[in-house]
Amino acid sequence: MLLEVTDLRVAYGKIEALKGVSFTVNEGEIVTLVGANGAGKTTTMRTVSGLRTVIGGSIKFEGQDITNMPSHQRVKLGICQSPEGRGIFPGMSVRENLDMGTYTRADHKSAAKNEDMERVMHLFPRLRERISQMGGTLSGGEQQMLAIGRALMSRPRLLLLDEPSMGLAPKLIAQIFSIITEINQQGTTVLLVEQNAAQALRRAHRAYVLETGNVVKTGKGIELLDDPAVRAAYLGGH
Amino acid sequence: MSLSDTFKGLTKSAHAVSGLGERIGDLPRVSRWSLIALFIFSLYLMPWWPEVPVLGWLVDTPGTSFEGVITDKVVIYVLVALGLNVVVGLAGLLDLGYVGFYAIGAYVVGILSSQHANLPWLVCVPIAVIVSMIAGVILGTPTLRLRGDYLAIVTLGFGEIIRISANNADWLGGSRGISKIAKPPNIGPLKFGVLDAKPYFFLGLTVIIITVFFLRRLENSRVGRAWNAVREDEDAAELMGVPTFKFKLWAFAIGAAIGGLAGTLYAGKVRFINPSNFPLQLSILFIAAVVLGGTGNMWGAVIGGAVVGWMPERFRGFADKRVFVFGVALVLVMVFRPQGLIPRKIRKERWLANWKQRESEGGEVARG
Repeated sequence: MLLEVTDLRVAYGKIEALKGVSFTVNEGEIVTLVGANGAGKTTTMRTVSGLRTVIGGSIKFEGQDITNMPSHQRVKLGICQSPEGRGIFPGMSVRENLDMGTYTRADHKSAAKNEDMERVMHLFPRLRERISQMGGTLSGGEQQMLAIGRALMSRPRLLLLDEPSMGLAPKLIAQIFSIITEINQQGTTVLLVEQNAAQALRRAHRAYVLETGNVVKTGKGIELLDDPAVRAAYLGGH
Repeated sequence: MSLSDTFKGLTKSAHAVSGLGERIGDLPRVSRWSLIALFIFSLYLMPWWPEVPVLGWLVDTPGTSFEGVITDKVVIYVLVALGLNVVVGLAGLLDLGYVGFYAIGAYVVGILSSQHANLPWLVCVPIAVIVSMIAGVILGTPTLRLRGDYLAIVTLGFGEIIRISANNADWLGGSRGISKIAKPPNIGPLKFGVLDAKPYFFLGLTVIIITVFFLRRLENSRVGRAWNAVREDEDAAELMGVPTFKFKLWAFAIGAAIGGLAGTLYAGKVRFINPSNFPLQLSILFIAAVVLGGTGNMWGAVIGGAVVGWMPERFRGFADKRVFVFGVALVLVMVFRPQGLIPRKIRKERWLANWKQRESEGGEVARG
């Protein structure tokens, strides 16, 4: 088991956003958390990556307790997040952004880095065209690609993707999701948070449905896609 | 020619100046270094600039000694702007109480060389720098968890706390301040006296040059990259593995050390300090210097510090309206160059693109 989250509780002031969320991610899987606005998806993600502190529960990565470990140290263990709303560095060029992804790597000046750069460019050919352009001048889809590419540059064992389809055109969404599958097939475990439940469930091995800070359903992605309750709640019924 | 045309001309020449660095960077090594050496040499000749025909008319400060202005104002403001630029420009932390560190540097020299001990100036300086640095860490540790406006307000309070404490503590000289502060030791023909300001200027300029080299190395290192990331997006930086708090604290400490260093130069020159030398207004002027020059650009900080230090003296001819004229000048610069005189990044690509465009335009004219 790569990631084990047990009974996670997180609060903003007095309001509890997560009321005991538990889930696991196995090596090699794509696991997705789906749910409506305010279900606690992004909070879960930010807690796994270390940006939010917990009031209860635990997070284990490869058996090691990382519940109270600062974010930047989790990157060294191999947990890297592509943040919601893209969160790229707008005043840095595409190349500099990708470089930041290698910040914690000891071999950040070696050929291995160039290899990874090539791999990212192969996944996202648009980034190659834009390599010297400022991050802030990219389109929304390109910024999303850059954020994912930058996270990949750290060679994560577990890639956290927070709403990668947010604000993108349908055609781009399909493209981003097929790239996520490709990244996974190359050996990276993916934890995916999505509002676009249909796409996410189709791609994921397993899924958890969140509702107001609780896990209400879990199962294989495809099964949940056919579940009448899930369909009614997230996929527009019928 | 209308006013706006004049300003367009001015901004164009400013663009040309800011592209100059790139062009010098492209020169072969030998010519590059001789150009830099020549430039530094001409800076050491600054006290004699008013005697140069056109330049003299432009820079001279009628009514006050130019030598005094560049020593007491320009050198100090440039050094302070360099330090504050690390905090505000590189790490993106708005510090409105920077005068506090400047005061700490000056007061440590005052205490150790006059008020409570008789140490030589040169011994006081490293102690003062370290004390300022520690003050930076002490202020930073609790407050750097705050962001944006909140940090600005807390640092503003810090500057005031330092000044008011100095005013009320008898062992710091109270409101009377500290006098008979030690001066820098004579170095060969350079005699640090009362009448001749030049030795102090040479000393200050040397300190600035060393600071610039030190900061340049820092900016291009892993530390500089981390600051860049923190300023651009703190959460994203943390998610890329940058220990953001540690690097913010470093920016604060290094900035504080340079501010304190400027304070020691000031105390060694004027040899008398009291709390009214360190008002809140000075913090604001320091910020103005950094923003005017171009936040985040070291050369911008140098130019901004020099302009903010020098300009009010240049306008002494306007008598009691000089501060008003200074204000109008600042507003005009910010209207026409909102990124500051030398913006953060002059991208090589952009400069090359402009160059190519000019080339092709020139070609068309030739053909036509």
